[in-house]
Amino acid sequence: MPKRKLTRERLDALRAEAKTLLAADSREVLICAGTGCIAGGSLNIYDRLKALCEERGLHTRVSLRREENDADALHFKKTGCHGFCEMGPLLQIEPDGILYTHVKVEDCEEILEKTIIGGKVVERLLYELDGVKYPKDAEIPFYQRQTRVVLENCGATDAEDLTEYIARDGYAAFEKALFEMDSEEICREILDSGLRGRGGAGFPAGRKWDSVRKQPEGKKYVVCNGDEGDPGAFMDRSIMEGNPHSIIEGMLIAALAAGSDEGYIYVRAEYPLAVDRLRTAIAKAEELGLLGEKIMGTSFSFRLHINRGAGAFVCGEGSALTASIEGKRGMPRVKPPRTVEHGLWSRPTVLNNVETYANVPLIIRKGAQWFRSIGTEKSSGTKAFALTGNVVNTGLIEVPMGTTLREIIFDIGGGIKDGKKFKAVQIGGPAGGCLTEEHLDMPLDFDSLKSVGAIIGSGGLVVMDEDTCMVETARFFMSFTQNESCGKCVPCREGTKRMLEILTRIVNNEGTMADLDLLESLSDTISEAALCGLGQAACNPVKSTLKYFRDEYLAHVVDKHCPHCNGKKKGLVIDPEKCKGCGKCRKNCPMEAISGEVRKPHTIDIDKCIRCGACESNCPFGAISEEA
Amino acid sequence: MANPDVLKHVAEIVDGYDCRREALIAILQDIQNEYKYLSTEALELVADKLGIGVAKVYSVATFYENFSLEAKGKYIVKVCCGTACHVRKSQPIYDGLREYLGLKGKQKTSGDGLFTLETVACLGACGLSPVMTVNDEVYPKMTPESAIALLESLREKEGESRAQA
Repeated sequence: MPKRKLTRERLDALRAEAKTLLAADSREVLICAGTGCIAGGSLNIYDRLKALCEERGLHTRVSLRREENDADALHFKKTGCHGFCEMGPLLQIEPDGILYTHVKVEDCEEILEKTIIGGKVVERLLYELDGVKYPKDAEIPFYQRQTRVVLENCGATDAEDLTEYIARDGYAAFEKALFEMDSEEICREILDSGLRGRGGAGFPAGRKWDSVRKQPEGKKYVVCNGDEGDPGAFMDRSIMEGNPHSIIEGMLIAALAAGSDEGYIYVRAEYPLAVDRLRTAIAKAEELGLLGEKIMGTSFSFRLHINRGAGAFVCGEGSALTASIEGKRGMPRVKPPRTVEHGLWSRPTVLNNVETYANVPLIIRKGAQWFRSIGTEKSSGTKAFALTGNVVNTGLIEVPMGTTLREIIFDIGGGIKDGKKFKAVQIGGPAGGCLTEEHLDMPLDFDSLKSVGAIIGSGGLVVMDEDTCMVETARFFMSFTQNESCGKCVPCREGTKRMLEILTRIVNNEGTMADLDLLESLSDTISEAALCGLGQAACNPVKSTLKYFRDEYLAHVVDKHCPHCNGKKKGLVIDPEKCKGCGKCRKNCPMEAISGEVRKPHTIDIDKCIRCGACESNCPFGAISEEA
Repeated sequence: MANPDVLKHVAEIVDGYDCRREALIAILQDIQNEYKYLSTEALELVADKLGIGVAKVYSVATFYENFSLEAKGKYIVKVCCGTACHVRKSQPIYDGLREYLGLKGKQKTSGDGLFTLETVACLGACGLSPVMTVNDEVYPKMTPESAIALLESLREKEGESRAQA
């Protein structure tokens, strides 16, 4: 059967029909099928509950298709990440909005009998906070304080159902851009919206697109950076898994603006599910005619490919990423020329990250003014963050730019795990810096973060409690960067190696004060001289911990004892049996921590003692030793 | 891996990409997927078919973390050492497994060839940290004890199936 060619009228008709189907979709069972919940067994829950429903003779269906249309059927959906990963696996029942947490396969029968058939709530599966049970997800503080715009469809829709995406105004922005706007207007709209790249540096997306548009005619590329390598970040993964069509639509609009007909999505190898979902989404978009030659009867063609990364962090850097797509070692090159002039296969290239593209359809559909109404003046819109570490509610969140850390960590995140005290939060991954108590009320946006030596980066927020040693944390990040250094430029290749040696020495209590100075001067040199962003930013964690947690470095270097790494400080004690009261220890103690009368056993005041060992080495009777 | 069947299959993989040079990474990924490592013969064949130097293929194969030039165990165990897992104590899991598997120095694969132990920099399942994977299946909220118990059960399962065979 020859495929009917997609036209604008047909897409509108499809959308109208999809909307009717969606409106008639009265009962839904949503099972979170993000990586987190799948690891918790959510797919088994999906299978079991669906099978149980069918055994009971209930009608079920798995997509928004006309032939499956049955107003009473239970619509089973595998959704993208719902965000509340700490509480997973998650199961939601619509239209009541009931959210069940920590669901197990054994709970399926009770959910079927009580909720699906009986219309009652299974109390024990509800989220509970401070003795209050929350039957509906919208009322849970974790969700209530968020503004979910980009993530709106993640967790609410079936990630693999194109019809549902269309029913929720999907591809309407592309349609508008294709038929009603020229390339200049699209660039202007994106520029006016103030959308800045969500991948790190925060460069205005509209300006990037416009630069590519103004390049001489010829082959141009649109590339999506899905190489989300920052440890502790999974926003982009969640969007790729939960709302893949929004990325495709964003890239289509970018291609229209830039005059490109071919695009690539570069996805980390560690995200197999994201690759699957994107592949499915591309296949479905091609089948419908949203991707391919002469789309909807216009002269615009666009083909989209997926490239899988092979485990090199540096490929998140623009020129390394394009080298990797070309089948080469992913090593950055000297810039300029920039990617906009000299990108993939030396052609002008629009390169943005996943979240940036996912914002684009919303801006085109709802307008630049709407986007500007969210966030701050210079950082408009929202930002998705992955909230992890020693925080109560780990998960994926989205808040307006300018939200404070306090709101994120304490109101949404529920504070620090196990009632401990907050110490610091690492923002922006290994290229970012750590922020402390004093920054809790600072608005999170591109510029204020930059002013304190951190970056939004891709948006990982790793919370650390009072038990975390910041020197060890700095060493951890340095070992990551050192391992991922591509080796092309000397400052990064050699510099990070030496920095790691010094930091390891300090962590092992073998460092000296000169090491601290050396760390500072090496940091400055590497930041100045490294070839790419990875190297330039490699020292940020060291710089910021040296600035805000110098006392912890001193604990390792001077005291040779870190309360976090080495446990409770062991003091030195004088054995009264062996001590003759000669007073040599008292005279040699630089802290005046030793007291006693001549010819009587002396004692050491542990609070004053810095464990320098001067007393121990000067005692002629071997009476001084470490506390048992 | 030097048997003719394997090389024939490698050639098929390369042909599947129309011998396009830019597909080198994807080709190596497919070969690695199938055989879990890249043998010298396979690399030479890929270079030959793509019309590029073996050195070039080797340079790409050694650049990316995911490629291995050594044979791996039946079960590939990866302990996440991303930040979120690190602050929730993933290092003791790795150390515990190394000790359990008796790995020394740079050795990654256990003596019986059953397990290869690796680290991975963030699987993006930070909400479940610390996590590990065995042949890409994710195991959440691990401790050194539960990790060793998991490997123990896999080892037992192998023992049983060997006994049956």
